[in-house]
Amino acid sequence: MTKFKPLLIALVLVLSLSVALVGCSSNTAQPTPAPAANSLTGSATAVGSSALQPLAEKAAEMFMAKNKDARVQVQGGGSGTGLTQVAQGGCDIGNSDVFAAEKLPADQAGTLVDHKVCVVGFATVVNPEVKVDNLTGQQLIDIFTGKIKNWKEVGGQDLSIVILNRPASSGTRATFKKYALNGAEEAAGQALTEESSGAIKKALTDTKGSISYLALSYVDSAVKTLKYDGVEPTVANITSGKYPIWSYEHMYTKGEAKGVAKAFIEYMMSSDFTSTITQMGYIPNSDMKVSRDK
Amino acid sequence: MKNNTKKIDKYYALKHEYSGRTVVTIFGIMLILITLTMVFFLISKGSATFFQNHISLKEFLFSTEWMPGKDEAQGGPAVGALIFIIGSILISGFALLISTPFSVALAIFMTQISPAFGKKLLQPVIEIFVGIPSVVYGWIGLSVLVPFVRHQFGGLGFSLLAGSLVLSVMIFPTITSVAADALSIIPNDYKEASYALGATRWHTIRRIIFPTALPGILTGVVLGLARAFGEALAVQMVIGNTIRIPGTILDSTVNLTSIITMDMGNTAMGTTWNNALWSMALLLLIISFIFIFIIHRIGRKGSASS
Repeated sequence: MTKFKPLLIALVLVLSLSVALVGCSSNTAQPTPAPAANSLTGSATAVGSSALQPLAEKAAEMFMAKNKDARVQVQGGGSGTGLTQVAQGGCDIGNSDVFAAEKLPADQAGTLVDHKVCVVGFATVVNPEVKVDNLTGQQLIDIFTGKIKNWKEVGGQDLSIVILNRPASSGTRATFKKYALNGAEEAAGQALTEESSGAIKKALTDTKGSISYLALSYVDSAVKTLKYDGVEPTVANITSGKYPIWSYEHMYTKGEAKGVAKAFIEYMMSSDFTSTITQMGYIPNSDMKVSRDK
Repeated sequence: MKNNTKKIDKYYALKHEYSGRTVVTIFGIMLILITLTMVFFLISKGSATFFQNHISLKEFLFSTEWMPGKDEAQGGPAVGALIFIIGSILISGFALLISTPFSVALAIFMTQISPAFGKKLLQPVIEIFVGIPSVVYGWIGLSVLVPFVRHQFGGLGFSLLAGSLVLSVMIFPTITSVAADALSIIPNDYKEASYALGATRWHTIRRIIFPTALPGILTGVVLGLARAFGEALAVQMVIGNTIRIPGTILDSTVNLTSIITMDMGNTAMGTTWNNALWSMALLLLIISFIFIFIIHRIGRKGSASS
């Protein structure tokens, strides 16, 4: 017996390693299709956008309370990760703040099916000491492209403007650039960049004269929101189409959704979940009176 | 009878010698395999920028134009990484400038001047510093250092200076402990010979002990530099991440690790943008290889001279 001990240990090691590996990969495995319509079994993984993550996690929790045998796992990682993973079959649902075609090469984006689960609005936010309440689209562009450098040029006090940006790859930044700045390229090498919306909020409250943008779900009394062309960034103005800075939150599946993934996405878009969407600062599709397709 | 003893010996050897050796060997081989696969992975991912996206090495290393999201119609994505490389060099260089005098002085104090105090109090304190997670350094930097720099020196606070200060605190335990090790192994004969010639303690430290321990101290400095180069989180939280070469030490700037952590999750794999980030990771690996190479050279020189 002793003779085999090293072999045995090696065997145990290899076995435990392979179990660990299998354990990891099973999270991302395709869901087993539900055997019967009534009892939903299997699992689905949703990966991607950190902006959608809190809502998706809440939805998963409520979904699993209803369907005891189904498992939905939600992970962050960023929109790019979500889209790459779902296109490569690494997860069932890829969460994204932007349309897949904006991140992925056309051949990969074409294989994905888009599910717009809700809408999220964005506000221009400034440090509370800034004495400006409204900016026109052109003023906003001039600020972010570095033409306007002081708040007094737009009717505020004599204070230099500090731009706080999200990284160039961020979905929030892409949305803001597209709808608020009309696609204008920001001046290089002027803005501070913070990795997350939370960090933006902290830097914004600490830095005098700072300006940035946040999803409405992050906005609270610590920051001051600005009107855009005289329109308040409120849910009512977004749904009626008066306020343009908003985007869809997408859940992408490779091909048509199946099994648990399908049920989960349907649940998120169902009327059962609408009140939770509103509660968490997002806007349900059903409220929208306007729509976009790119 | 004789045969039997031999048999027992064989079993004994199997049980006590070979089993342990097998386990250790397996772990060793596994570690080497992991290292090799990681290096291979980084090389294959990092070289895609040059072979698949046809960005020239010269452009990647020496261009300051970082426009990875630009459409191909407008001149294609530009992924010059020079700004990030310079940022990394400046931040870790300043951190080293701040940290080295403190660390070496501390190492001399705790080994030569007051060894008892050093062993009992300073050693544990330094070990605690090593154990503090980098996010804590970053958070303290963001909450204390950034406002401090803003109020004392002006500017926004998010700056090269803040990043270097945070890093200098993070690398001082590395430099100090390696330097202290180098200083404490110097034979007592050297010291006694120096004292016998009438040298004072300070003279002995300066002329005998410090030069003898210099290779070890330099190893500590290079290790500190390697740590500084690779640190991501704490630095990213305080340098402001403005994509430009800083004009002054109070300007915000960006480095290799920050841009990697900020953009990696948000870019899709296989795009030029994502590949460029992998190339930067590969560059960091190559830089750390160079540091390791330097450390080995110093070590060899040190052992040759003594």
